[in-house]
Amino acid sequence: MTMDRRNFIRLLGGASTLALAACAGSPAVSSGSAAEILPKTGRRVVVVGGGYGGTIAAKYVRMLDASIEVVLIERNKQYVSCPFSNYYIGGLIKDLTPLTIGYDKLAGNHGVKMLHAEVTAVDPAAKKVVTTEGTLAYDRLILSPGVDFRTEEIEGYAADTPDLLPHAWKAGPQTILLRKQLEAMRDGGTVIISMPLTPYRCPPGPYERACLVANYLKANKPKSKLFLLDANPDVVSKKPLFTKAWNSYYKGIFEYVPGKKITKVSGSDRTLFVEGIEDHKADVVNFIPPQRAGRIAVAAGLVGADKNWCPVNATTFESTLHKDIHVIGDASVAGAMPKSGYSANSEAKVCAANVVALMNGKETVDLSGINVCYSAIASDQSVSIAGVYKVIDGKIAAVPNSGGISPADFSQTKLEHVYAESWLKNILTEMST
Amino acid sequence: MTRKWSGLVAACAVLGVSAAHAAAPSPEVLANACNGCHGTLGASAGPSMPSLAGQSKKAIADSMKAFKSGERPATIMGRLAKGYSDAEIASIADYFAKQKPRSYVQAVDAKMADRGGMLQEKHCNRCHLDDGQDFKDDAPIMAGQWLRYLQVQMDDYSSGKRKMSEKMAEKMKQLSRDDMEAIAHFYASQKQGETK
Repeated sequence: MTMDRRNFIRLLGGASTLALAACAGSPAVSSGSAAEILPKTGRRVVVVGGGYGGTIAAKYVRMLDASIEVVLIERNKQYVSCPFSNYYIGGLIKDLTPLTIGYDKLAGNHGVKMLHAEVTAVDPAAKKVVTTEGTLAYDRLILSPGVDFRTEEIEGYAADTPDLLPHAWKAGPQTILLRKQLEAMRDGGTVIISMPLTPYRCPPGPYERACLVANYLKANKPKSKLFLLDANPDVVSKKPLFTKAWNSYYKGIFEYVPGKKITKVSGSDRTLFVEGIEDHKADVVNFIPPQRAGRIAVAAGLVGADKNWCPVNATTFESTLHKDIHVIGDASVAGAMPKSGYSANSEAKVCAANVVALMNGKETVDLSGINVCYSAIASDQSVSIAGVYKVIDGKIAAVPNSGGISPADFSQTKLEHVYAESWLKNILTEMST
Repeated sequence: MTRKWSGLVAACAVLGVSAAHAAAPSPEVLANACNGCHGTLGASAGPSMPSLAGQSKKAIADSMKAFKSGERPATIMGRLAKGYSDAEIASIADYFAKQKPRSYVQAVDAKMADRGGMLQEKHCNRCHLDDGQDFKDDAPIMAGQWLRYLQVQMDDYSSGKRKMSEKMAEKMKQLSRDDMEAIAHFYASQKQGETK
């Protein structure tokens, strides 16, 4: 797929419209600047997105070949981790400090050049990215843009809906807002968490959130009720463990309701409509909309036939639609690897190794990937899922007879809670130093 | 290359189907996947996750195999180790053994660490050499390892969940639970390689 100048300009125009549609509620993206910044002198990799995937891709390219210049583009000066943000929502931690990292040490230790700007367009033919600070050229581009919301599929979803029905599915102000709403609610109130059909970011995340919100209500507002409205017909992650936690610890306060796909919302009435008809009203509504690859991946024409996610080569994570552009993390279709922070970390390293190999004319190597994901089920207990992945018949697949979830007898939940803390500490240290 | 095959290769290149032509995962790619929990190049930022950097190759490989067989108690490591062949385990162990050790400053009980120092001199130092700074065969480096990790291992040893070599069992028989705790504090108080 190639793109001429006229198409590129059309894409630029389309990008801002798309941005408004996809990010209703967040500030509109200002248009990019055409003036070239950081003129390219040698070989360069540009990485977009300073989260679980992008920081690691930038760092490992530099670790593997310091002769390649790496520019990491991220709009924010700090990053707040989505993993463990349910700890804050449930009151297990008092602020977001343990989840927050900066980029100074990463940049200083590895010579990664930081550019705090918003990427507004990508020109795959000219190999340039357009940002709010100017345009810059790349030899290879690694996109780790995370997810955006398909709010256009939800009737009544307006610019102020996230303020009224917080999604809290991108950590930061939304996380704080949901916590504030829970704290302000009277004892005896009703809370709804609504989750979309799979695939979405962090499969066990909504179920963990249900546990930790129920845990908070049980201790602080015991007359209250929590409902998890799941668009899926059944629990899609760690089912035996979550079901046991709900039955053992949160009976009477929590109810799991499957098969409730929300198609319409009313922010001012805090009401959700299932298939546009059956309505559910509550005092606090955490509405998590259906998702797709981050806006820039859509704008750059990297999403596949499903119009939502980016198909990639299972070894290099190079887009199957545009040459020299790699997509990692939640936005990519990574076969059996789930849309999780650890997956993004693991994919980033394989992608970095192969980007360096390709730029040096060397043979690429197959993926060897891991996912490790902890979910808290109470103040001092966690459960986990773990998996090992490799390429089988050209696709990323779980290695047979490996991986799996914690034992169902909960004999390890306290120890796993201790290990979960180390998971966060190590992975954020990897990303920020 | 026959004409037929060169045509196929060209078609694959156009479609970007290079997976079939990629080599097996390198030791680096195998090991890097572990870094999310064990730290970049195996240097763990703590507090309960052990560092692997500079560790005995045999100790790492033996542990992975014991996790794989279920002989060593585990939470996720048993599930993960089953995903690797013995050759891949050897390659990962070799990679981490070659990395520079690095330890972090930890909060320990100074009195306990002092007492632990004397105890390890008498009971442990013949295998965990040089105050735990060096290793002998399968006896890992202990100096600078994370305290919470060492405590979990002591729990597993004293409850019988984790098996010991005969020589270690012989020594451990002479130690009380408090002694083991003191030794853990001593090792955690020691520096190993570059300190952060």
